Formats: sequence, C-alpha cells, structure tokens
Amino acid sequence: MKQTEFEKKYEELWIELESKLGLISQVVISSNETVDIKEGDRKNSKKSRLTLDPDLGESFPEKYRLLCHHLSLARSRHYSPLLVERLEKLVINAHQIYYRRKTHFLESVLIYFTSGFAQSVRNEWRLVLLSSILFFGSFFGMLITLQYYPDMVYTVISGEQLAEMESMYDPSQDKIGRGRSSGTDFQMFGFYIFNNTGIGLKTFASGLLFGIGSIITLLFNGLTIGGVAGYLTYIGYNSTFWPFVSGHSAMELFAIVLSGSAGFKLGFSIISPGRKSRLRSLKDSAKEAMYMMYGVASMFIVAAFIEAYWSSMSDIPAMVKYAVGIVNFLLLTSYFLFVGRHRAIR
Amino acid sequence: MESKLLDLINTVQTPEGIDINLRVAGIWPRSIAWTIDLLIRGVMYGILAFITGMLGEFGAGLMLTGFFLIEWFYPVLFEVLNKGMTPGKQYLNIQVLNSDGTPVGWSPSMLRNILRTVDFLPFFYGLGFISMLMNDRFQRLGDLAADTIVVYYNSKTTLQTIPVQEPIKLGVNLNLKEQQAIIRYAERSGQLSEDRMQELAEILNPLDVPDHNMIKKKLLGIANGLIGRK
Repeated sequence: MKQTEFEKKYEELWIELESKLGLISQVVISSNETVDIKEGDRKNSKKSRLTLDPDLGESFPEKYRLLCHHLSLARSRHYSPLLVERLEKLVINAHQIYYRRKTHFLESVLIYFTSGFAQSVRNEWRLVLLSSILFFGSFFGMLITLQYYPDMVYTVISGEQLAEMESMYDPSQDKIGRGRSSGTDFQMFGFYIFNNTGIGLKTFASGLLFGIGSIITLLFNGLTIGGVAGYLTYIGYNSTFWPFVSGHSAMELFAIVLSGSAGFKLGFSIISPGRKSRLRSLKDSAKEAMYMMYGVASMFIVAAFIEAYWSSMSDIPAMVKYAVGIVNFLLLTSYFLFVGRHRAIR
Repeated sequence: MESKLLDLINTVQTPEGIDINLRVAGIWPRSIAWTIDLLIRGVMYGILAFITGMLGEFGAGLMLTGFFLIEWFYPVLFEVLNKGMTPGKQYLNIQVLNSDGTPVGWSPSMLRNILRTVDFLPFFYGLGFISMLMNDRFQRLGDLAADTIVVYYNSKTTLQTIPVQEPIKLGVNLNLKEQQAIIRYAERSGQLSEDRMQELAEILNPLDVPDHNMIKKKLLGIANGLIGRK
C-alpha cells in the first residue's frame, strides 16, 4: 500500500485521537490541498488540552491497539519519517493515558496502616535492630556517662544551646518545652513538622551514600538527645523534662530509628546487591524503603501533634504523663510486632 | 538502526510490541527548569510568609507547615497531577516519566524528590551532576533509584504535506534510501526557504541546467509519484 492510500484510509482515526488527546494537529500546507479537520474538532482539541482525563470512550483500548498497529506498519513499510513521527507522538501520548496507574487512595491507605507498614518494618528487622543499637546505644551511653562525667556534654552540645535548653525546662517557668517561652501550640506544631519530619526525610535520603548518612544522623541525634536528657537529669530538672518528653518520645524516637533503617536499606542495596546488579538492587530496595517512609513520615507528624498539644499541658500530673508515655510505647511496639501478621504480604 | 550516533533518543518497548522513542532531556534544560521552579517557590514562600505574618503566632505555625509542604511536595504534586511537569519543566517542555514511558506515580515521584537531598551533596548538585554524566539517560541518583527519566514532551504535531504536483514516474528503480531521501526532501519544503530548496536540489544536477526551479519541481514530482499520488 502506498503512503497516500494508507493515510487516506486511517486519517480519520488519527485525527479523532489527536483531538481527544489534546494534540493539536497543525497542518502545514504548501499547496492547495487541505486536510479535512472539522471546526468542531479544533475547538474540542483546544478545550481538552488542559484536561488530564479526556473522555476517550469505551473503544479507546481498541483504537489504541489499532494505532500501534498503524505505527509498526508505517515503520516496516518505510513510510516517510514525518508520518512515522506523527504516529509516534500519538502513540506516546495514548500510551501514557492507557498505562496510567489507577490507585484507590483510601483503600490503599487503609491497607497500609492495618498491615503493610508493620509488615514492611518487620521485614527489615535486621536493619531496624542495627539502627536501634546505633541510636539507643549512643542515647543511653551519653545519658549514663553524663551522670558521672557531666562535662562530657560539651563534646556534643555547645554551651549556648545548653543554656537555652536549661532555660526551656527550668522548673520555675510556667511553659516548658522547645521554644516554649513564646509561641502557641499550633506554632510549635508547625515547627516540629517542619524540623523533625524534614530531618527524618533527610536521614532516609542520606542513607543512599552507602549508609554513611544514616549512621551519622543516628549517632548525632542519639548523642545530642542523650546529651540534653542526661544533662537536664544531672542538674535535677527531672520534674519538667521527663514528663514533657514522655508522651511523644516513643513515637518520635521510633520514627528516627525507622528513617535510619530505611536509609540503610538504600545504602546496603548498593554495598551488597546479592545476585542482582547494583542498579536493579537499588531500584527494588528504594521502592520498599519508600513504602516504609510513608509510615515513618506519618509517625513524625503524629509525634509533632502529641508534642505540641499533649506534652505542653503543664497542669497534668507527672504520673499521668508517664503512664501515657508508657502506654504509647507499648501500643507502638505491639503495633509493629503484631499488626498484619496474618495477612498476606502485599 | 543503520548508524550508532551519539543520540538523546531512548527507545522503550510497549506491551504492544511497539518501540517508542523518547528524547531524554540533558543537564542544561533541567537546570533551567529547576531555576524557574526555585524562583516560583521563592515567590510562594514570600506570599505565604506575608499572609501568615498577619495572623500572629497561629500564622507562624501555618507558615512552617506550609514551608514543609512546599519544600517536599511542590515538585511531587505537579509531577503527579500535571503529566510529570512542574511549572519550570512545563516552560521548557520536559516531563518526568517512569523509565518505561508510563506517567510517574506518587511513590517514584516522592522518592526522586526526597533523594534530591543526596543529589545536592556535597554542594550544588555535585553528586547529581556526576551521576547524570555517567549514564546515557541523564539520570541523577534520585532518578536511578526511582527508575524515572526526564524527557522532552511535545504536544503539537506538525503535519507537513508534500505539495501536490503532477506525479512523475521514473524509468529506473530507486532503492529505499534514495526514495526516503526524496520524500523527506519534499516534506520539508514547507520548512525550508525557496533558495535552500533549490540549493539542495542542485546537488542532483551535475550538468548545471540554468533553471534550478526545474530540478526542484522534478524532485517534488518524483516524490508525488513515490508516495502513490495519481
């Protein structure tokens, strides 16, 4: 079949798809021949240009296959490059719509939190253990060391910052906590989200550098948080510091540990790819690590919420706060241990 | 492919068994797009700070939450909801796709944008730059992990038709390459100037016939014959 015949036979379908997909076919004609494009189609194509989900009708899959067929015919018959290019553009655009991934957002969120997240954490228990040892090891190491050698605190925190911390948790103050002297609960909520969640995401990302980023962030956070806690305990601010942090600590510290684990997942996939190529291994692990990070980011946000609204309530007895802290810890631990155990891995 | 030239074309096979060619975008257009997005984000930060500044302490909380969302989700939202194009990318006509040519979804987009942090190290996209130079699809580390590519997006199809003329039937058989060359020549007649058309046609005229226009006409006639006009 000669090209002209081919074009005449199928042009109608192409123009129809082009206008529906919002591809404006601009016909350059250097002689008196005109390609028949109806006024209506033109208007349509302009309108549909911005819509993401053009109404392609039930016959779209059929038409798409036909179009692919036309392209391969045009190629194998060596029709002109411009015709092939036109069909190619059409196929690329139709392909993107045809293979768009459809997600059921609410359903997948539900499945995620009732099984997927906990499963993915259990699945990586070795990495979680490693980050826990790094983080809690440095945290408790610092905390205990400071009870005997309080001067050690200056190795991880500058004097200025320490003075600031001291004033924040001064028992003689009526509002306690980070930056509490000024600012409302909501302001602090914004700050915790911006700061803590950002740190979590960065910890995850920097794990890509062979896990070095994760190690540094975990140790740094463990030492600083342990330093603050140890120092405030040493100088006897127990009545303000521990009740304040007990509520959100489980959520926030676990989230730090888990973002470190997700980072290790990235880093180790390059260090020991197993039987895959390094790139393949990175791609696969990154997908799984990202899956885990959705939950970790949510944990940071929940922790920020607790820290801003619950921890800051200073008129609640310390015992209640400790109780809530312990309950939170137990709930979270059992969530990761037991949720979704009997459900199939996604 | 007859020749293996250095090329931006990246071929992806679809389930229908069709090869589609995607033109990968290089470092320069992507940097420009990034700069435009940076400016837009700057303006967004400014507006947000101005509006929330009037709301006092409550506003400060809102501002920080907003900053967080803009910092991490500005590219993601646009990439997922606007065919893989942030405003900067849209301006340069480039888009993010999965490497199999399908539109990018939430997870790959989140991943490539969170890992931007690493690409930015040690300073100003150092690692990203090295990574882009080291593979044939200009993927930075985030792209590699998320399996995404940035390609040129072309929304307009320019249809060029061969000017109609009396078809000429040749006495000799031209081979495929020769036929394609002549058809291609005729198709480009809308884009090239008259002088250039004649100049090109002249290559075929060793005898230096004074009327160049005649050769051009003849070529167009042959092209008409080749594509089967009667």
